[in-house]
Amino acid sequence: MNAAAIRRARTRKERILLTPEGISLPVTVAGRGARAGALMLDLIFIALLMIGSTLALAQIAGGAGQFMREAKGGGAGAQVLQFLMIVWIVIMFLFRNVYFLYFELGPRGATPGKRLTGIRIAARDGGRLTAEMVIARNLLRDIELFLPIPLIMMAGAESGMAWLAATGWFAIFMLFPLFNRDGLRAGDVIAGSWVLERPRQKLEAAMTVQQAPPGEEAAPTHKFRFEDAELAVYGEFELQSLERVLREDRADSIETVYHTIAAKIGRNDGWGDERRFLSDYYTQLRARLEAGMRMGRRKADKHSGH
Amino acid sequence: MNAVTTHAIEVAALRSDRFRMDREADWQRLEAIVTRMEKGRLRGISDDDLLALPGLYRTVASSLSIARETSLDAATLSYLEALVQRAWFVVYGPRSSLTEWLRTFLGGGWSAAVRAIGLDIVVALAVMVAGVAVGWLLVSHDPEWYFSLMSREMAGPRVPGASAQALRGTLFGDAKQDGMSVFAAQLFSNNAQVSILAFALGFAFGIPTLLLLVHNLALLGAMAWLYNGAGLLPDFAGWISVHGTTELFAILLAGAAGLHIGRALAFPGDRPVLQATAEAGRRSAVVMTGVVLMLVVAALLEGFARQLVDDTFGRFAIGGFMLAAWCAYFFAFRGNAGRRR
Repeated sequence: MNAAAIRRARTRKERILLTPEGISLPVTVAGRGARAGALMLDLIFIALLMIGSTLALAQIAGGAGQFMREAKGGGAGAQVLQFLMIVWIVIMFLFRNVYFLYFELGPRGATPGKRLTGIRIAARDGGRLTAEMVIARNLLRDIELFLPIPLIMMAGAESGMAWLAATGWFAIFMLFPLFNRDGLRAGDVIAGSWVLERPRQKLEAAMTVQQAPPGEEAAPTHKFRFEDAELAVYGEFELQSLERVLREDRADSIETVYHTIAAKIGRNDGWGDERRFLSDYYTQLRARLEAGMRMGRRKADKHSGH
Repeated sequence: MNAVTTHAIEVAALRSDRFRMDREADWQRLEAIVTRMEKGRLRGISDDDLLALPGLYRTVASSLSIARETSLDAATLSYLEALVQRAWFVVYGPRSSLTEWLRTFLGGGWSAAVRAIGLDIVVALAVMVAGVAVGWLLVSHDPEWYFSLMSREMAGPRVPGASAQALRGTLFGDAKQDGMSVFAAQLFSNNAQVSILAFALGFAFGIPTLLLLVHNLALLGAMAWLYNGAGLLPDFAGWISVHGTTELFAILLAGAAGLHIGRALAFPGDRPVLQATAEAGRRSAVVMTGVVLMLVVAALLEGFARQLVDDTFGRFAIGGFMLAAWCAYFFAFRGNAGRRR
């Protein structure tokens, strides 16, 4: 296990996913807060869509009624109203059942709410996310969400027991993601899907690229040279800590790390040029460790052998 | 060749960094394509890029494998891991063509899924028949049961003790009734929601699904008893069968799909329970998509055909034909299901 893997294992939401090509990918399971936030956003969007389309249809119906009175022809107007009623019923059905389906079937695999919170759905087995999975996970939303909410509202007025039952139901399904490792809700269990964070990572500059002055031979040069024994004290974990320090490039941490390393290997000729000392040490340590890797020898940290 | 090697003055000291610089152009091209796809601007992507995407994905994935074995540059490794993951999302994302999915669905995927849950269909059918019997028996012992199954407002003139004439009026002669299409849309919306519920309740080991089936079918049994008392049973059966053969079939499938999930949860066999449930869930989702389609058909039949065809024989003919058509489609039609992934 290399240092990155050790570091990853510390955070509890990291999982390893195996793609069909056989490459293991570290993925991050989406946090419960992000999931809840995404759901809230989506519900708000759905409510807005429902209210908007209802108002628009009411507007049209009002216009039709106006027209009907002016034309004094009852039959056509009534049919228009009937048609609008059908449109309204169908639209409400679609918003309730198809909103999530439509967006999660798109190439982004996320509803607008999920997109805003930076999460998306994926297949748990690393394979293709199929339409069946998306359908299955969203059909279950009905008992998780849309069934109990009206039930709670209706039952609340009538009896305490029914209210308790509806709330209990709601709580069981809403809290379901809290009681398993991967934050799966009931629909995810059925579908074999899960919700992951969308990774964003910029490619940083290579560490050992040097700008050689034009005209000169572009060869790697080291101001400081280190003996093999001086390099052998550290492993991959320390190398990557050193990489972080060099990338952050903060004077105080560079000085601290310089003192630590200089003391450890018993050299103090880097005074005044600590950064150069560290970057040369980094390059040579990495060259040594990578050469070892090619020979099949890895040194995880300073405590391990080789 | 690529952008980086043209900058001859940049030289990497390490072999692993030179490896990186050789391939960086491919990585960045993939990242650009993936970023545009994530933003949903599919039209802005050239055909070349779309064709190159799977190949680039594999190239970068193999870069990641090599880098893991040869490079200790943590920043490059985590960049590659993130990039491969993002590309994996895109390459193995949902298939974008809905029409293609519909074609495999109608051309065999649906009927294959229905056949795959055959055992559950048999169980659900038995439960539904039992539900009808229970309804009938309950009401014949004590007519008061009728009102615990059906609210008084909903029952209207269909109450125990109503005259045969009044009951006949509920079955025939509303051909000129207005607002049939609205009625059909409402029926569809309501029935679809009930069947989705029947399916989703399968998550509780299928028991609530069975209860829901018994409850709905007991109502049917009670009504059958009522019409039988007035000697109108065949007419009632005809009235129901117009849409009922489609609608009850759809409810049967929804219940069976719920049961299928419940069974996978309770008895996963020698597979891990999560895997068994996921397989059952995907199969049932296909069935459920079909159920919603069937309910559209049922609502159309109920809203229009039943009112327009006003004699029992014609109604039986329509209902029987629908039943035969569904059975033939599900159990005899093999389609191109073998081609499905």
